[in-house]
Amino acid sequence: MTAARPRGPAQSIVAAGAPVLRSAAVTATSPDHGPYQLTEEQQLLRDAVRVLADERVAPRAAEIDRTSEFPQDLRELLAAQDILALPFPLEHGGLGGDLLTVCLAVEQLSRACATTGLILAAHELGALPIILAGTPEQQTRWLPRLATGEWLVAFALTEAEAGSDAAAARTRATRDGDDYLLDGSKRFITHGSVADLITVFAVTDSAAPRHRRLSCFALEVPAAGFSVPRIEHKMGIRGSPTAELAFDRVRVPAANRIGDEGEGFAIAMRTFERSRPGIAAQAVGIAQGALEAATEYARQRRQFGQRVGDFQMVSAMLADMDAATEAARQLLYKACVEIEAGGPDAARWSAMCKLVAGDAAMRVTTDAVQVLGGYGYIDEFPVERMMRDAKITQIYEGTQQIQRLVIARALLGKDRAPLG
Amino acid sequence: MRIVVLVKPVPDPAAGSERLGPDGRLDRAAAPAVVNGNDEYALEAALKLAAAAGEGSDVTLLSMAPGSAPETLRKALAMGATRGVHVTDRALAGSCAVATATVLAAALRTLDYDLVLAGVDTSDGVGGTVPASVAARLALPFLSYAARIEPDEASGTVRVRRISATGYDLLEAPMPALISCTQVLGEPRYPSLKGIMAARSKEIATVSLADLGLDPAAVGGAVPTTSLLTATAPPARAATEVVRGSPAEGATRIVDFLSQRRII
Repeated sequence: MTAARPRGPAQSIVAAGAPVLRSAAVTATSPDHGPYQLTEEQQLLRDAVRVLADERVAPRAAEIDRTSEFPQDLRELLAAQDILALPFPLEHGGLGGDLLTVCLAVEQLSRACATTGLILAAHELGALPIILAGTPEQQTRWLPRLATGEWLVAFALTEAEAGSDAAAARTRATRDGDDYLLDGSKRFITHGSVADLITVFAVTDSAAPRHRRLSCFALEVPAAGFSVPRIEHKMGIRGSPTAELAFDRVRVPAANRIGDEGEGFAIAMRTFERSRPGIAAQAVGIAQGALEAATEYARQRRQFGQRVGDFQMVSAMLADMDAATEAARQLLYKACVEIEAGGPDAARWSAMCKLVAGDAAMRVTTDAVQVLGGYGYIDEFPVERMMRDAKITQIYEGTQQIQRLVIARALLGKDRAPLG
Repeated sequence: MRIVVLVKPVPDPAAGSERLGPDGRLDRAAAPAVVNGNDEYALEAALKLAAAAGEGSDVTLLSMAPGSAPETLRKALAMGATRGVHVTDRALAGSCAVATATVLAAALRTLDYDLVLAGVDTSDGVGGTVPASVAARLALPFLSYAARIEPDEASGTVRVRRISATGYDLLEAPMPALISCTQVLGEPRYPSLKGIMAARSKEIATVSLADLGLDPAAVGGAVPTTSLLTATAPPARAATEVVRGSPAEGATRIVDFLSQRRII
């Protein structure tokens, strides 16, 4: 929710007598939490993840893509190295990493394998409702097992008929004594088939206003009446199982409700404020991986008696790819600092970094394929996989169109709830 | 089980930029420092032995190195070592292997241990004499080229499987003992993120020659037992031919290549 900001001197750009915009010139009037600088700790953790990504993840990436199999070995590796513990509070066995630190890890993993980067990003996404809105008892019950990576958690909001319009979800939760009964289905759920815990959003009051209809539940699976009827065949992130989930009178204790009844939509939106940077980090990592592969190829490949990188048309592409990747990275890191600082503009920062990073990843990976020419189009080199992987970053956790809507609403100061 | 591991920061061989300065000594600015590869294998073995021995076990890193060493030692601490002891002194610059052994032996006299583990050699100097020299100075049993290490605390002995020219020798010695470690012992672990965080606050004690009661005039660059006369880089390799294709095609082409040159 973007609060109206106090009007400051920066608004003198508005001509005298002109109607004063309620919250225009966002960047000029919002609090700015200053430039960021990676701490020594953040650099150490990033470098440790980078070594692991280079030595253990990258060699698996092509096979994961080809077989479309969830890399349990890498999930276990991320757990053993405490990478899955990064987003969790210290008191629950996590590392208490801030948003930027989590994003540094997602970026480095995604540079080698977008599916593996998503293991961390999706784990954080699924856990955020509990971290943000769970009771101390609920946090004690679930977070330690999630922090060790013993359990994976998935986030289930999207439905076949409720994608961008998440508030239109129809999965129901009906009160039954000390429990609720879940009925309905969810679609496009990352890790839906491999998770041990799922944060499910379901309608508890269909008569309530649009954004008060949903509630959030933590469902431990397997559970009677819960099934996974389908795993999608996808263009990219093929090792990450994207599942359809079916709920047929699935019993979930009322003690597993996260937040109050009717708070589900608000919890989901607060979750996205912190999870979208994870997708931006995935996008930056994919772009960086493609840039490195294209640069290496341009150094080695010779045509017409010279390195292809020495042709200006190729070198200009590489320069643009580098600049786009770095710009996306800097916006992401800055967004992490602003979101962590809890400013009123968190939704805007989170939407902006994903918008810019997703588009950069798509453009950079497409150009990487071009730099490699025929070799870019076949699976002997990783860039065609990276191009297919990049596409999803423009779609999930809010399409690029939804990100623009969120940003524009912050800019124009519409006091309506942002979209999901 | 108390174990000391001898650890040396060396120029990162992966950086490919190791070189000697005009004085014939290693140019430490030319490549980033890393823990010597074989020492990481020794440390991994030590961590496993300490974990197996349980309560009361610890692993101390001992390093004689320039002032920047703690940065490198943090990675070894992140793998799980308990603490570090860093012997550093300006007078030690240019130390030969004999001086290094003298200093490490003096430092070991200040520590409690059941075992001392060291890599068989270091990737910068590749002398491989320091572990044996240290053992000799301390009159410790020296078990070299270890492929397996099996301590028995009840009997106070350790068994080592030593790689030999024809297979393995099985050695047994009373503890404390000094063991030089090979890569057959097992791949070193990656530091976990919690290990990295914990390493930041682990103790690295700094020890000078004076602390060890050693006379700077008796060790270090002042009294080298060896000196470098010349250093020559190996000749550049000729262009490499890469064989691509199926394993069968590749094998055929490699065999043709070798037989044309009468190598096979």
